[in-house]
Amino acid sequence: MDVEAKVKEIIIDKLGVEESQIKPEASFTNDLGADSLDIVELVMGFESAFNISIPDEDAEKISTVGDAIKYLKEKLGQ
Amino acid sequence: MNKRRVVITGIGVITPIGNNVQEFWEGLISGRNGAGPITKFDTTNFVTKFACEVKNFDASIYIDKKEMKRMDIYTHYALAAAAMALEDSQLDLSKINLELAGVVFGSGIGGIQTFEDQHTQFMQGGPKRISPFFVPMMIPDIAAGQISIKYGLKGPNYSTVSACATSSHAIADAFILIQRGSADIMFSGGSEYPITPMSVGGFNSARALSTWNDRMMEASRPFDKDRNGFVMGEGGGLVVLEELEHALNRGAKIYAEIVGVGLTGDAYHITAPPPGGEGAVRSMKEALRDAGVDPTVVDYINAHGTSTELNDLNETIAIKSVFGDHAYKLAVSSTKSMTGHLLGAAGAVEAVATALAIKNSIVPPTINLDEPGEGLDLNYTPKVAVKKEINYAISNTFGFGGHNASILFKKFEE
Repeated sequence: MDVEAKVKEIIIDKLGVEESQIKPEASFTNDLGADSLDIVELVMGFESAFNISIPDEDAEKISTVGDAIKYLKEKLGQ
Repeated sequence: MNKRRVVITGIGVITPIGNNVQEFWEGLISGRNGAGPITKFDTTNFVTKFACEVKNFDASIYIDKKEMKRMDIYTHYALAAAAMALEDSQLDLSKINLELAGVVFGSGIGGIQTFEDQHTQFMQGGPKRISPFFVPMMIPDIAAGQISIKYGLKGPNYSTVSACATSSHAIADAFILIQRGSADIMFSGGSEYPITPMSVGGFNSARALSTWNDRMMEASRPFDKDRNGFVMGEGGGLVVLEELEHALNRGAKIYAEIVGVGLTGDAYHITAPPPGGEGAVRSMKEALRDAGVDPTVVDYINAHGTSTELNDLNETIAIKSVFGDHAYKLAVSSTKSMTGHLLGAAGAVEAVATALAIKNSIVPPTINLDEPGEGLDLNYTPKVAVKKEINYAISNTFGFGGHNASILFKKFEE
Protein backbone atom coordinates (compact mmCIF):
# COMPACT_ATOMS: atom_id res chain seq x y z
CA MET A 1 0.00 0.00 0.00
CA ASP A 2 1.20 3.51 -0.80
CA VAL A 3 1.24 4.96 2.72
CA GLU A 4 1.80 8.53 1.59
CA ALA A 5 -1.07 8.57 -0.86
CA LYS A 6 -3.43 6.99 1.66
CA VAL A 7 -2.44 9.44 4.40
CA LYS A 8 -3.05 12.37 2.05
CA GLU A 9 -6.44 10.98 1.11
CA ILE A 10 -7.45 10.65 4.77
CA ILE A 11 -6.26 14.15 5.62
CA ILE A 12 -8.18 15.65 2.71
CA ASP A 13 -11.30 13.77 3.73
CA LYS A 14 -11.16 14.48 7.45
CA LEU A 15 -9.85 18.05 7.44
CA GLY A 16 -11.42 19.28 4.23
CA VAL A 17 -8.14 20.79 2.97
CA GLU A 18 -6.69 21.04 -0.55
CA GLU A 19 -4.04 18.59 -1.67
CA SER A 20 -1.63 21.46 -2.32
CA GLN A 21 -1.66 22.35 1.40
CA ILE A 22 -0.44 18.91 2.42
CA LYS A 23 3.33 19.25 2.74
CA PRO A 24 5.53 17.10 5.00
CA GLU A 25 6.24 20.01 7.34
CA ALA A 26 2.56 21.09 7.55
CA SER A 27 1.29 21.05 11.13
CA PHE A 28 -2.20 19.65 11.54
CA THR A 29 -3.20 22.30 14.07
CA ASN A 30 -1.24 25.35 12.90
CA ASP A 31 -1.37 24.91 9.13
CA LEU A 32 -4.32 22.63 8.39
CA GLY A 33 -6.85 24.07 10.84
CA ALA A 34 -7.40 20.95 12.94
CA ASP A 35 -8.70 21.14 16.50
CA SER A 36 -8.29 18.46 19.17
CA LEU A 37 -11.36 16.57 17.98
CA ASP A 38 -10.13 16.62 14.38
CA ILE A 39 -6.83 15.06 15.50
CA VAL A 40 -8.70 12.23 17.24
CA GLU A 41 -10.72 11.61 14.11
CA LEU A 42 -7.63 11.73 11.93
CA VAL A 43 -5.88 9.12 14.07
CA MET A 44 -9.01 6.95 13.97
CA GLY A 45 -8.93 7.28 10.19
CA PHE A 46 -5.32 6.03 10.12
CA GLU A 47 -6.18 3.13 12.44
CA SER A 48 -9.07 2.08 10.30
CA ALA A 49 -7.30 2.47 6.93
CA PHE A 50 -4.18 0.57 7.96
CA ASN A 51 -5.92 -1.81 10.34
CA ILE A 52 -3.65 -0.92 13.25
CA SER A 53 -4.01 0.45 16.74
CA ILE A 54 -2.31 3.75 17.63
CA PRO A 55 -1.89 4.30 21.39
CA ASP A 56 -2.63 7.81 22.71
CA GLU A 57 1.02 8.32 23.75
CA ASP A 58 2.06 7.74 20.13
CA ALA A 59 -0.73 9.88 18.72
CA GLU A 60 0.38 12.83 20.85
CA LYS A 61 3.75 12.86 19.03
CA ILE A 62 2.19 13.07 15.57
CA SER A 63 1.87 16.79 14.84
CA THR A 64 2.83 17.15 11.16
CA VAL A 65 2.03 15.33 7.95
CA GLY A 66 5.64 14.09 7.87
CA ASP A 67 5.35 12.75 11.44
CA ALA A 68 2.29 10.76 10.46
CA ILE A 69 3.85 9.23 7.36
CA LYS A 70 7.08 8.35 9.21
CA TYR A 71 5.20 6.83 12.13
CA LEU A 72 2.88 4.79 9.96
CA LYS A 73 5.68 3.49 7.74
CA GLU A 74 7.61 2.33 10.80
CA LYS A 75 4.52 0.80 12.32
CA LEU A 76 3.80 -1.09 9.11
CA GLY A 77 7.44 -2.21 8.83
CA GLN A 78 8.11 -0.32 5.63
CA MET B 1 -42.74 50.26 34.85
CA ASN B 2 -43.96 49.47 31.38
CA LYS B 3 -42.81 46.16 29.95
CA ARG B 4 -40.45 46.30 27.01
CA ARG B 5 -42.22 45.32 23.79
CA VAL B 6 -40.98 42.52 21.54
CA VAL B 7 -41.45 42.34 17.77
CA ILE B 8 -40.54 39.88 15.02
CA THR B 9 -38.14 41.48 12.56
CA GLY B 10 -36.77 38.49 10.64
CA ILE B 11 -37.97 35.01 9.71
CA GLY B 12 -36.42 31.94 8.09
CA VAL B 13 -37.79 28.44 7.43
CA ILE B 14 -36.90 25.11 5.89
CA THR B 15 -40.06 23.01 5.56
CA PRO B 16 -41.57 20.12 3.59
CA ILE B 17 -43.58 22.64 1.56
CA GLY B 18 -40.88 25.23 0.92
CA ASN B 19 -37.21 25.88 1.58
CA ASN B 20 -37.56 29.60 2.18
CA VAL B 21 -40.20 31.96 3.52
CA GLN B 22 -41.70 32.88 0.16
CA GLU B 23 -42.09 29.27 -1.01
CA PHE B 24 -43.45 28.31 2.40
CA TRP B 25 -46.07 31.06 2.44
CA GLU B 26 -47.13 30.39 -1.16
CA GLY B 27 -47.42 26.74 -0.18
CA LEU B 28 -49.52 27.52 2.89
CA ILE B 29 -52.06 29.68 1.13
CA SER B 30 -52.33 27.42 -1.90
CA GLY B 31 -52.79 24.29 0.23
CA ARG B 32 -49.56 22.56 -0.85
CA ASN B 33 -49.26 19.01 0.43
CA GLY B 34 -45.83 18.03 1.82
CA ALA B 35 -46.46 14.27 2.09
CA GLY B 36 -44.74 11.54 0.09
CA PRO B 37 -42.98 8.19 0.41
CA ILE B 38 -40.03 8.14 2.83
CA THR B 39 -36.83 8.30 0.76
CA LYS B 40 -34.31 8.51 3.60
CA PHE B 41 -34.23 4.80 4.46
CA ASP B 42 -35.66 1.45 3.43
CA THR B 43 -39.16 1.27 4.90
CA THR B 44 -39.81 -2.38 3.99
CA ASN B 45 -40.42 -3.56 7.55
CA PHE B 46 -42.00 -0.34 8.80
CA VAL B 47 -45.70 0.10 9.48
CA THR B 48 -45.60 3.71 8.20
CA LYS B 49 -43.82 4.27 4.88
CA PHE B 50 -44.46 7.96 4.27
CA ALA B 51 -43.75 11.35 5.80
CA CYS B 52 -43.43 15.02 4.90
CA GLU B 53 -39.79 15.28 3.86
CA VAL B 54 -37.86 18.43 3.02
CA LYS B 55 -37.12 18.42 -0.72
CA ASN B 56 -33.96 19.48 -2.60
CA PHE B 57 -32.25 21.04 0.39
CA ASP B 58 -28.61 22.01 -0.24
CA ALA B 59 -26.87 22.71 3.06
CA SER B 60 -23.68 23.80 1.31
CA ILE B 61 -25.37 27.09 0.41
CA TYR B 62 -25.28 27.96 4.10
CA ILE B 63 -22.45 25.94 5.65
CA ASP B 64 -18.81 25.24 4.84
CA LYS B 65 -18.41 21.68 3.51
CA LYS B 66 -15.95 20.66 6.23
CA GLU B 67 -18.24 21.99 8.95
CA MET B 68 -21.25 20.23 7.42
CA LYS B 69 -19.75 16.81 8.15
CA ARG B 70 -19.46 17.71 11.83
CA MET B 71 -23.13 18.48 12.19
CA ASP B 72 -26.30 16.44 12.27
CA ILE B 73 -28.80 17.52 9.64
CA TYR B 74 -31.02 19.06 12.31
CA THR B 75 -28.20 21.60 12.75
CA HIS B 76 -28.01 22.14 8.97
CA TYR B 77 -31.67 23.15 9.07
CA ALA B 78 -30.99 25.42 12.05
CA LEU B 79 -28.14 27.25 10.35
CA ALA B 80 -30.09 27.58 7.11
CA ALA B 81 -33.06 29.09 8.93
CA ALA B 82 -30.74 31.41 10.86
CA ALA B 83 -28.99 32.64 7.71
CA MET B 84 -32.31 33.37 6.03
CA ALA B 85 -33.77 35.11 9.08
CA LEU B 86 -30.66 37.24 9.58
CA GLU B 87 -30.70 38.35 5.96
CA ASP B 88 -34.42 39.04 6.18
CA SER B 89 -33.95 41.14 9.32
CA GLN B 90 -31.29 43.31 7.60
CA LEU B 91 -29.48 43.48 10.94
CA ASP B 92 -25.93 44.75 10.64
CA LEU B 93 -24.06 42.63 13.18
CA SER B 94 -21.17 45.10 13.22
CA LYS B 95 -23.49 47.80 14.53
CA ILE B 96 -25.24 46.01 17.39
CA ASN B 97 -24.15 45.08 20.91
CA LEU B 98 -23.48 41.36 20.42
CA GLU B 99 -23.50 40.78 24.18
CA LEU B 100 -27.20 41.67 24.13
CA ALA B 101 -27.94 39.37 21.17
CA GLY B 102 -28.61 35.74 22.04
CA VAL B 103 -29.98 32.43 20.89
CA VAL B 104 -32.65 30.17 22.37
CA PHE B 105 -33.13 27.41 19.84
CA GLY B 106 -34.39 23.90 20.51
CA SER B 107 -34.81 20.47 19.07
CA GLY B 108 -37.19 17.85 20.41
CA ILE B 109 -34.94 14.88 19.71
CA GLY B 110 -31.62 16.32 18.54
CA GLY B 111 -29.25 14.29 16.39
CA ILE B 112 -30.95 10.92 16.41
CA GLN B 113 -29.60 10.02 12.94
CA THR B 114 -26.10 10.67 14.27
CA PHE B 115 -26.88 8.49 17.28
CA GLU B 116 -28.03 5.65 15.03
CA ASP B 117 -25.01 5.94 12.71
CA GLN B 118 -22.54 5.99 15.57
CA HIS B 119 -24.26 3.15 17.37
CA THR B 120 -23.80 1.09 14.22
CA GLN B 121 -20.08 1.99 14.25
CA PHE B 122 -19.91 0.92 17.88
CA MET B 123 -21.66 -2.40 17.25
CA GLN B 124 -19.35 -3.14 14.33
CA GLY B 125 -16.03 -1.99 15.76
CA GLY B 126 -16.37 -1.38 19.47
CA PRO B 127 -16.04 1.84 21.45
CA LYS B 128 -12.85 2.96 19.70
CA ARG B 129 -14.83 3.43 16.50
CA ILE B 130 -17.10 6.10 18.02
CA SER B 131 -16.37 9.47 16.39
CA PRO B 132 -15.03 12.29 18.56
CA PHE B 133 -17.75 14.39 16.96
CA PHE B 134 -20.51 12.03 18.06
CA VAL B 135 -21.47 13.90 21.23
CA PRO B 136 -21.23 17.46 19.87
CA MET B 137 -23.22 16.41 16.79
CA MET B 138 -25.95 14.61 18.66
CA ILE B 139 -26.82 16.82 21.62
CA PRO B 140 -30.00 18.86 21.11
CA ASP B 141 -28.49 22.15 22.27
CA ILE B 142 -25.67 22.23 19.72
CA ALA B 143 -27.70 24.12 17.09
CA ALA B 144 -28.03 27.03 19.53
CA GLY B 145 -24.28 26.90 20.06
CA GLN B 146 -23.51 26.69 16.33
CA ILE B 147 -25.73 29.68 15.50
CA SER B 148 -23.95 31.78 18.15
CA ILE B 149 -20.51 30.69 16.92
CA LYS B 150 -21.35 31.54 13.33
CA TYR B 151 -22.60 35.05 14.07
CA GLY B 152 -20.74 35.93 17.28
CA LEU B 153 -23.92 36.27 19.33
CA LYS B 154 -22.76 36.48 22.95
CA GLY B 155 -26.02 36.99 24.83
CA PRO B 156 -28.12 34.26 26.50
CA ASN B 157 -27.53 30.95 24.74
CA TYR B 158 -29.28 27.67 25.31
CA SER B 159 -31.77 25.15 24.03
CA THR B 160 -35.24 24.19 25.21
CA VAL B 161 -36.55 20.61 25.06
CA SER B 162 -40.26 19.91 25.47
CA ALA B 163 -41.07 17.47 22.65
CA CYS B 164 -43.57 19.02 20.24
CA ALA B 165 -43.71 22.27 22.25
CA THR B 166 -39.91 22.74 22.12
CA SER B 167 -39.61 25.73 19.85
CA SER B 168 -42.63 27.53 21.29
CA HIS B 169 -40.87 27.33 24.65
CA ALA B 170 -37.75 28.68 22.94
CA ILE B 171 -39.68 31.65 21.56
CA ALA B 172 -41.42 32.18 24.90
CA ASP B 173 -38.09 32.28 26.72
CA ALA B 174 -36.58 34.61 24.13
CA PHE B 175 -39.60 36.91 24.48
CA ILE B 176 -39.23 36.96 28.27
CA LEU B 177 -35.47 37.59 28.07
CA ILE B 178 -36.00 40.64 25.87
CA GLN B 179 -38.95 41.86 27.90
CA ARG B 180 -36.92 41.80 31.13
CA GLY B 181 -33.87 43.42 29.54
CA SER B 182 -31.48 40.47 29.41
CA ALA B 183 -31.17 40.90 25.65
CA ASP B 184 -32.25 43.26 22.85
CA ILE B 185 -32.22 40.68 20.08
CA MET B 186 -32.86 36.94 20.20
CA PHE B 187 -32.54 34.32 17.48
CA SER B 188 -35.17 31.81 18.44
CA GLY B 189 -36.93 28.73 17.14
CA GLY B 190 -36.18 25.08 16.56
CA SER B 191 -35.28 22.38 14.08
CA GLU B 192 -35.73 18.65 13.75
CA TYR B 193 -34.44 15.75 11.64
CA PRO B 194 -36.63 12.92 12.90
CA ILE B 195 -37.37 10.84 9.80
CA THR B 196 -34.96 8.06 10.80
CA PRO B 197 -35.50 4.33 11.36
CA MET B 198 -35.46 4.46 15.18
CA SER B 199 -37.64 7.55 15.35
CA VAL B 200 -40.28 6.40 12.85
CA GLY B 201 -40.21 2.91 14.38
CA GLY B 202 -40.58 4.32 17.88
CA PHE B 203 -43.49 6.60 17.02
CA ASN B 204 -45.09 3.66 15.21
CA SER B 205 -44.74 1.52 18.31
CA ALA B 206 -46.41 4.29 20.31
CA ARG B 207 -49.26 4.16 17.74
CA ALA B 208 -48.86 7.89 17.13
CA LEU B 209 -48.34 7.93 13.34
CA SER B 210 -50.89 7.60 10.57
CA THR B 211 -50.52 4.30 8.74
CA TRP B 212 -52.45 5.29 5.60
CA ASN B 213 -49.73 4.16 3.20
CA ASP B 214 -52.22 3.78 0.38
CA ARG B 215 -53.72 7.22 1.02
CA MET B 216 -50.62 9.09 2.17
CA MET B 217 -51.58 12.39 0.54
CA GLU B 218 -54.79 12.44 2.61
CA ALA B 219 -53.26 11.13 5.84
CA SER B 220 -52.60 14.43 7.63
CA ARG B 221 -56.23 15.45 8.18
CA PRO B 222 -56.56 17.38 11.44
CA PHE B 223 -60.06 17.53 12.92
CA ASP B 224 -61.46 15.12 10.28
CA LYS B 225 -63.61 12.20 11.40
CA ASP B 226 -61.18 9.75 9.77
CA ARG B 227 -58.01 11.21 11.30
CA ASN B 228 -55.77 8.39 12.44
CA GLY B 229 -52.46 9.73 13.67
CA PHE B 230 -49.92 12.38 12.75
CA VAL B 231 -47.66 12.49 9.72
CA MET B 232 -44.04 13.15 10.56
CA GLY B 233 -42.38 16.24 9.11
CA GLU B 234 -38.90 17.74 9.35
CA GLY B 235 -37.20 21.10 8.98
CA GLY B 236 -36.59 24.22 10.99
CA GLY B 237 -37.77 27.72 11.70
CA LEU B 238 -36.15 30.77 13.23
CA VAL B 239 -37.55 34.15 14.20
CA VAL B 240 -35.46 37.18 15.01
CA LEU B 241 -37.12 38.78 18.03
CA GLU B 242 -36.18 42.35 18.79
CA GLU B 243 -36.97 44.96 21.41
CA LEU B 244 -39.35 47.46 19.82
CA GLU B 245 -37.27 50.65 20.23
CA HIS B 246 -34.19 48.84 18.92
CA ALA B 247 -36.16 47.77 15.86
CA LEU B 248 -37.69 51.19 15.26
CA ASN B 249 -34.35 52.96 15.65
CA ARG B 250 -32.88 51.03 12.76
CA GLY B 251 -36.02 51.21 10.64
CA ALA B 252 -36.63 47.46 10.68
CA LYS B 253 -39.63 45.89 9.00
CA ILE B 254 -41.93 44.34 11.58
CA TYR B 255 -44.00 41.21 10.93
CA ALA B 256 -45.94 41.14 14.18
CA GLU B 257 -45.61 41.72 17.90
CA ILE B 258 -45.54 39.01 20.55
CA VAL B 259 -47.69 40.18 23.44
CA GLY B 260 -48.15 37.17 25.71
CA VAL B 261 -47.09 33.63 26.45
CA GLY B 262 -48.87 30.92 28.41
CA LEU B 263 -46.86 27.94 29.66
CA THR B 264 -48.49 25.13 31.63
CA GLY B 265 -48.05 21.48 32.58
CA ASP B 266 -50.75 18.80 32.41
CA ALA B 267 -49.38 16.77 35.35
CA TYR B 268 -51.41 13.92 33.92
CA HIS B 269 -49.87 11.38 31.49
CA ILE B 270 -46.67 10.95 29.45
CA THR B 271 -48.39 11.04 26.05
CA ALA B 272 -52.15 11.61 26.44
CA PRO B 273 -53.80 14.99 27.07
CA PRO B 274 -56.05 15.30 30.12
CA PRO B 275 -59.83 15.26 29.65
CA GLY B 276 -61.09 18.55 28.22
CA GLY B 277 -57.56 19.64 27.37
CA GLU B 278 -57.34 21.15 30.82
CA GLY B 279 -53.67 22.09 30.45
CA ALA B 280 -54.33 23.71 27.06
CA VAL B 281 -57.21 25.71 28.55
CA ARG B 282 -54.85 27.17 31.11
CA SER B 283 -52.04 27.85 28.60
CA MET B 284 -54.35 29.84 26.32
CA LYS B 285 -55.89 31.71 29.28
CA GLU B 286 -52.44 32.48 30.63
CA ALA B 287 -51.28 33.91 27.29
CA LEU B 288 -54.33 36.21 27.27
CA ARG B 289 -53.77 37.21 30.90
CA ASP B 290 -50.08 37.87 30.22
CA ALA B 291 -51.06 40.29 27.45
CA GLY B 292 -53.92 41.76 29.46
CA VAL B 293 -56.50 41.23 26.73
CA ASP B 294 -59.98 39.79 26.53
CA PRO B 295 -60.52 36.44 24.73
CA THR B 296 -62.84 38.13 22.24
CA VAL B 297 -59.94 40.00 20.60
CA VAL B 298 -58.53 36.78 19.13
CA ASP B 299 -59.26 36.31 15.42
CA TYR B 300 -57.18 33.24 14.58
CA ILE B 301 -55.77 30.16 16.30
CA ASN B 302 -52.98 28.24 14.60
CA ALA B 303 -53.88 24.99 16.32
CA HIS B 304 -51.56 22.25 17.48
CA GLY B 305 -53.97 20.13 15.36
CA THR B 306 -51.88 17.00 14.96
CA SER B 307 -54.49 14.81 13.23
CA THR B 308 -54.54 12.43 16.18
CA GLU B 309 -57.82 11.33 17.75
CA LEU B 310 -57.07 12.74 21.20
CA ASN B 311 -55.31 16.01 20.40
CA ASP B 312 -57.85 17.37 17.97
CA LEU B 313 -60.81 16.54 20.19
CA ASN B 314 -59.27 17.91 23.37
CA GLU B 315 -57.86 21.03 21.72
CA THR B 316 -61.33 21.78 20.34
CA ILE B 317 -62.92 21.35 23.77
CA ALA B 318 -60.18 23.55 25.26
CA ILE B 319 -60.77 26.34 22.72
CA LYS B 320 -64.48 26.26 23.51
CA SER B 321 -63.76 26.42 27.26
CA VAL B 322 -61.54 29.47 26.85
CA PHE B 323 -63.52 31.40 24.26
CA GLY B 324 -67.14 30.42 24.84
CA ASP B 325 -69.37 31.75 22.05
CA HIS B 326 -66.43 33.59 20.53
CA ALA B 327 -64.90 30.16 19.69
CA TYR B 328 -67.37 29.96 16.80
CA LYS B 329 -66.43 33.41 15.48
CA LEU B 330 -62.67 33.00 15.29
CA ALA B 331 -60.83 31.05 12.60
CA VAL B 332 -58.89 27.91 13.50
CA SER B 333 -56.56 25.99 11.22
CA SER B 334 -53.84 23.38 11.40
CA THR B 335 -50.97 23.98 9.01
CA LYS B 336 -49.74 20.48 9.95
CA SER B 337 -52.25 19.28 7.35
CA MET B 338 -49.71 20.56 4.80
CA THR B 339 -46.30 20.46 6.53
CA GLY B 340 -46.79 17.36 8.63
CA HIS B 341 -45.72 17.50 12.25
CA LEU B 342 -42.23 18.95 12.62
CA LEU B 343 -42.10 17.91 16.31
CA GLY B 344 -39.63 20.23 18.06
CA ALA B 345 -39.59 22.58 15.06
CA ALA B 346 -43.39 22.82 14.86
CA GLY B 347 -43.72 25.82 17.18
CA ALA B 348 -41.17 27.87 15.25
CA VAL B 349 -42.54 27.08 11.80
CA GLU B 350 -46.07 27.73 13.04
CA ALA B 351 -44.99 31.00 14.67
CA VAL B 352 -43.78 32.06 11.22
CA ALA B 353 -47.06 30.91 9.68
CA THR B 354 -49.03 32.85 12.29
CA ALA B 355 -46.98 36.03 11.87
CA LEU B 356 -47.40 35.85 8.09
CA ALA B 357 -51.14 35.23 8.48
CA ILE B 358 -51.39 38.42 10.51
CA LYS B 359 -49.16 40.42 8.17
CA ASN B 360 -51.03 39.28 5.02
CA SER B 361 -54.55 39.07 6.51
CA ILE B 362 -54.94 35.49 5.25
CA VAL B 363 -55.78 32.37 7.27
CA PRO B 364 -53.97 29.31 5.85
CA PRO B 365 -56.27 26.30 5.44
CA THR B 366 -56.61 22.88 7.02
CA ILE B 367 -56.32 20.73 3.91
CA ASN B 368 -57.75 17.19 3.74
CA LEU B 369 -60.56 18.14 6.12
CA ASP B 370 -63.56 16.47 4.45
CA GLU B 371 -65.91 16.00 7.37
CA PRO B 372 -65.15 17.08 10.94
CA GLY B 373 -65.25 14.39 13.61
CA GLU B 374 -67.95 14.15 16.22
CA GLY B 375 -67.98 17.15 18.54
CA LEU B 376 -65.60 19.06 16.30
CA ASP B 377 -67.73 22.03 15.31
CA LEU B 378 -65.39 25.02 15.07
CA ASN B 379 -64.46 26.90 11.90
CA TYR B 380 -61.32 24.96 10.96
CA THR B 381 -60.81 26.76 7.63
CA PRO B 382 -61.22 23.58 5.56
CA LYS B 383 -59.44 23.13 2.21
CA VAL B 384 -58.87 26.73 1.14
CA ALA B 385 -57.25 29.82 2.63
CA VAL B 386 -59.54 32.60 3.78
CA LYS B 387 -59.01 36.37 3.66
CA LYS B 388 -59.49 37.77 7.14
CA GLU B 389 -58.24 40.74 9.12
CA ILE B 390 -56.28 39.30 12.05
CA ASN B 391 -55.48 41.56 14.97
CA TYR B 392 -54.60 38.89 17.50
CA ALA B 393 -53.66 35.25 16.91
CA ILE B 394 -52.63 32.36 19.15
CA SER B 395 -50.25 29.57 18.21
CA ASN B 396 -50.69 26.43 20.33
CA THR B 397 -48.21 23.61 20.82
CA PHE B 398 -48.45 20.70 23.21
CA GLY B 399 -45.72 18.13 23.85
CA PHE B 400 -45.38 14.58 25.14
CA GLY B 401 -44.81 14.95 28.86
CA GLY B 402 -47.74 17.33 29.19
CA HIS B 403 -45.90 20.53 28.17
CA ASN B 404 -48.24 23.22 26.83
CA ALA B 405 -47.22 26.52 25.25
CA SER B 406 -49.52 29.14 23.77
CA ILE B 407 -48.08 32.26 22.20
CA LEU B 408 -50.19 35.35 21.54
CA PHE B 409 -49.24 37.45 18.52
CA LYS B 410 -50.62 40.88 17.63
CA LYS B 411 -50.72 42.92 14.45
CA PHE B 412 -48.04 45.57 14.88
CA GLU B 413 -49.17 49.09 15.65
CA GLU B 414 -46.95 51.75 17.18
